[in-house]
Parts: sequence; structure tokens; C-alpha cells
Amino acid sequence: MSSKRKTMISMYALMLPGLAYFLINNYLPMCGVFIAFKSIDYSVGIFQSPFIGLKNFDFLFRTPDALLITRNTLLYNLMFIVISIVMGVIVAVFLNEIRTKLCRNLCQTALLLPQLVSMVIASYLVYAFLSSENGFLNKSVLPALGMKSISWYTTPAPWPFILLIVQQWHSLGMNTIIFLASILGIDRALYESAELDGAGKWKQVWYITLPCLKSTVIVLFMISLGKIFYSDFGLFYLIPQNSGMLYDVTSTLDTYVYRALMKLNDIGMSSAAGLYQSVVGFILVLSVNLLLRKVDPENAMF
Amino acid sequence: MKKSDLGFRSIAHFCVIFLSLLALTPFVLLISSSFTSERALIADGYRFFPKEFSLEAYQYISSNSDTIAHAYLVTIFISSLGTAASLAFTSMLAYPLSRKDFTHRRVFSFLVFFTMLFNGGLVPSYIMWTQLVGIKNTYWALLLPNLLMNAFHVILVKNYFSTSIPESIIEASRIDGASEIRIFISIVLPLSKPIMATIGLMTLLRYWNDWTNGLYFVTKQKYFSIQVLLNNIMQNIQFLLNSSSLPGANVKVTSIPSASVRMAIAVLGILPIVIVFPFFQKYYIKGIALGSVKG
Repeated sequence: MSSKRKTMISMYALMLPGLAYFLINNYLPMCGVFIAFKSIDYSVGIFQSPFIGLKNFDFLFRTPDALLITRNTLLYNLMFIVISIVMGVIVAVFLNEIRTKLCRNLCQTALLLPQLVSMVIASYLVYAFLSSENGFLNKSVLPALGMKSISWYTTPAPWPFILLIVQQWHSLGMNTIIFLASILGIDRALYESAELDGAGKWKQVWYITLPCLKSTVIVLFMISLGKIFYSDFGLFYLIPQNSGMLYDVTSTLDTYVYRALMKLNDIGMSSAAGLYQSVVGFILVLSVNLLLRKVDPENAMF
Repeated sequence: MKKSDLGFRSIAHFCVIFLSLLALTPFVLLISSSFTSERALIADGYRFFPKEFSLEAYQYISSNSDTIAHAYLVTIFISSLGTAASLAFTSMLAYPLSRKDFTHRRVFSFLVFFTMLFNGGLVPSYIMWTQLVGIKNTYWALLLPNLLMNAFHVILVKNYFSTSIPESIIEASRIDGASEIRIFISIVLPLSKPIMATIGLMTLLRYWNDWTNGLYFVTKQKYFSIQVLLNNIMQNIQFLLNSSSLPGANVKVTSIPSASVRMAIAVLGILPIVIVFPFFQKYYIKGIALGSVKG
């Protein structure tokens, strides 16, 4: 009995720091979502500030911003998900063809390198290309093509494309690794018998590799759908240099919440947008996992 | 080999090598700019080959190194402390959750897991850390919020403990009279090096590259990490001019190589990662494979 009690005490002692951390970092803010229903007045404190019901949400959804940031978040993510999967599959299939170990490893390292770089440094790299005064495009490429300089950070039109390139550059290596891992898991015997039947490489890819990747694609697609309400804050905030002229094409839920809180000091609007994101995000993750449990129970989170 | 197979091979090689080179081009532009004289940068812009090779950016950094060296030290200090603490707390939490004879493990596992599904969002979290805990402008601000522990890592380690460490070893040492904490430290942890290396690397990278905590919670330069410093410079390009404490601080604006210095600092921010990465790539790839399915 006493040894069992001693065991329990040791167990709780081990868990204590970790549990305390999750309590403070995750659970206290969860309880703090009531802020979205208050009109915060720092002079009287958060707890004494009056409740105003759904007024903050009412304000938020009356602005055109609500639709804009929702649309941007969803459309950008959808574009990223689809292209990430397509590119990931193609590059993984091709990378798998490279049999020289050195070449294969070097390519893999080169593709992974961008992901090790923070978005701050990525914003420097992008700036080196796009800066209006001395960027590579304005100083070297456009003059060579006989075109006039473009003030990239104030011209919205090319930005969806720029953001897509940066996002792909940043994540292609990871997507490739994910699909490469599934390709390596495919039974070699399938390829050997196909070869005996006279199927060439193209046919092997089309009739063996791609069908075998289907379940990975579906799982990855669904997991990404569950996260579609969250955007990469750094990508949308730092890469466009937080330029006001680009807000129409670069504002997402995450940048909106940040700007409303830190730049406009509008706690009501910011917390309303944040809670909107959390709740819809929560519903999405739950529904995706319920679906996933039917499709592929092994990869469902619960 | 068939002719079409040769075509396939060639296309595959061409595409992968082309994309790999493309992935590296921004780095070449960055490094090249950091070795270009400021005059050439202003005249010809950022280029892939320095038109006027010069070390002035790096010389400037080494003679004005206070701010940058301090930020660098902050990054190293926070990253190593944070990673060590994270590994310790994560494994300490994961171990009881992995033990089948620990009765409350389901409740606590769920509490950890739930943090992956729902979060309170930026505003409550910001208000709590600044008003309740008061970490604005302290080193804690870089260390604690969001980075220290990750529910997904706890679950990974828990699964590793329960699948890769034979229960019989734990049982045997218990019969020998070893205490739980002793079993954890001298038996379980040494057997868990692979998973520790993987999540340690992931955590280290997250700390090294983090700039958001600095953005939210830090305004004083004393607490800037290298990423926060870089972000700040980008926001305020005049920054280095103001902080220049050279004896000849009244040098003309044009002679201060700000554009190339910025690029040189960015190079210094990437360099350690690039040097160390090839040795740890194995663990990184394992981390991606583990995270791809459930992360």
C-alpha cells in the first residue's frame, strides 16, 4: 500500500511542471475567451469591465473586413493545400528515381534548407528580390526585359502569386519527405512483377505509385482542411512587410487579430475575431477527425 | 533499360536538381549581397555575384558588435535553456502517462491532447502573460509563451515510452528496489535517445527561429534575440545608424553600409543552422515523418 502511494506521489511530482505549464499557457487563456464578450477598460481591470454580450461580434461582422479575412484565409489555404500535395507527390516520385546517394542527399538537403529559415529571414530574402530601390527584379530582371520598375510592396495584383511561391519554397522539402516516406513503404514486389510484365517507368508510376499514395494524400488533405482556418502569421505579416496598400490581398484572420490588438488597440474587435477563429477552427478539426475515423481510423487523432 | 525509362530518369533528375538549385538561389543572393560594397548595392541592387567584393559589412559588424553579439548570445542562451527545459518537462510528463499502472493517465492524457484542438487565441493569451504573469520585457517572454511545451511532443514521447521500452525491464528494476524516479532517470531516459534527439531538434529550431514572442512581449533592445533584432531592423532601417557608438559616429550616412550589414546579420542568423543541419538531418526527417500524420 505504502509503496503504491509512493509511486503515485512520484508520478504526480514528475508531471507537475508539465501540467502547470499547460494550465498556464493553454487553459487559462481558454478561460479568457469571455474577454470577447466584454468592453475592456484597462482603468477598471479586465474582471470589472462590463459585459456587452455579442456587440463585439456584431461590430466585427458589420465591417467588410470580416468577409475579406475569412475569404483570404480560406482561399489561400486551399490553394496552398492543393499545390503542396501536387508538388510534393511529383517531387517525391522524381526524387525516388535518383539512385546516386550523394546527389539524392544533396537535393534533399537543398529542398529542406528553406524550412530551417525563419520567416524574418525569409522576408529579407524576398526583400532582396522585390525592394523597389535595389531589388534584384527591379534592378536586373525588369530592365533586361525592357520593362519599367514595379513598386512591389504597393502593388496588390502579384501578391497571391508571390505568397504562393514563398510558401512552396518554404514547405516543398517537408511535403516531399512525407510522400517519399510513403513511396519507400510500397512493396517492391509490385514493381518487380510490373517490370516482368514489361511496364515502363511511366506506367509503374501511374499504376502503382500514385494509387498507393492515395491514402496518404487523402489523410494529408483532410488534416490540412482541419487547419484551414489558421494561416501562417509570418508569411502574411512579414513577407509583405506589413504594407498597408496590400492589406486587401494579405490580411488573414491571424494578421487581423494581431493588428487589431497591437496596432489599433481594439481589444473588442481583436478578441471577437480570435474567438471566431478558435471556435470555427475547433469545429473543423472535430468534423475532420470524425470523417477521418471512417476513412482511415489509424490516422485519426481520436 | 527502355528508352522511355531513360527519358523518365532524365526528366526526374532534371526537375529535382533544378528545383533544388532554385531553392538555394535566395541564399546565394543573400550571401552575395552581404559581400558587396554598399556603393555597388545602391547602384546595381542585390545581385547573385558581387560586383564589388567587399568585407565592409562584416568588418562593420565586428567593430560595432555590441548589439548584434548580445542578440546572438540571447538567442543561444534562450534556445539551449528552452530546449533543455522542454525535453526535461516533456519526458517527465510523458512517463506517467505511458505507465499502464498509473490510474489517472487517461484524464491527464486527454487534458494534454485537448490543447491541440482548441486554444483561447492571441488576446486572452497576451493579456494573461502581460497582466497576470507580467513577463513583458523580461527574458521569460522569449522562453515561456507557446514554445516551452508542445502537446504533440508529449504524445510522441508517451507513445515511444509505451511501445519501445519493455515493461519487463521496469518491472525487474522495481523488484530490485529502485524508486520510480530512479527508474525514469537511469533506465527509461537512456533508452529514449532517438525520440529525444528528434523532438529536441524540433524544439531547438523553433526557439532559434522564433520572432513572435519578441514581437508581442519585448520592446527593449536588451532582450532582443537575433530574429527579433532582424525583424526590428527591417521595421526600422535607421536602427543601426542610431545605435552606432563608434568613435567616428558622425560618419556620413552614405558611408554606413546598412543594406549589406542587414544581409550580413541575416547570414549570421542562418549560418549555425546550415552548418549543424547536415549532421542532424536524419532526426529532422524522422520528425517530419512522425509529425506528418498527426501534427
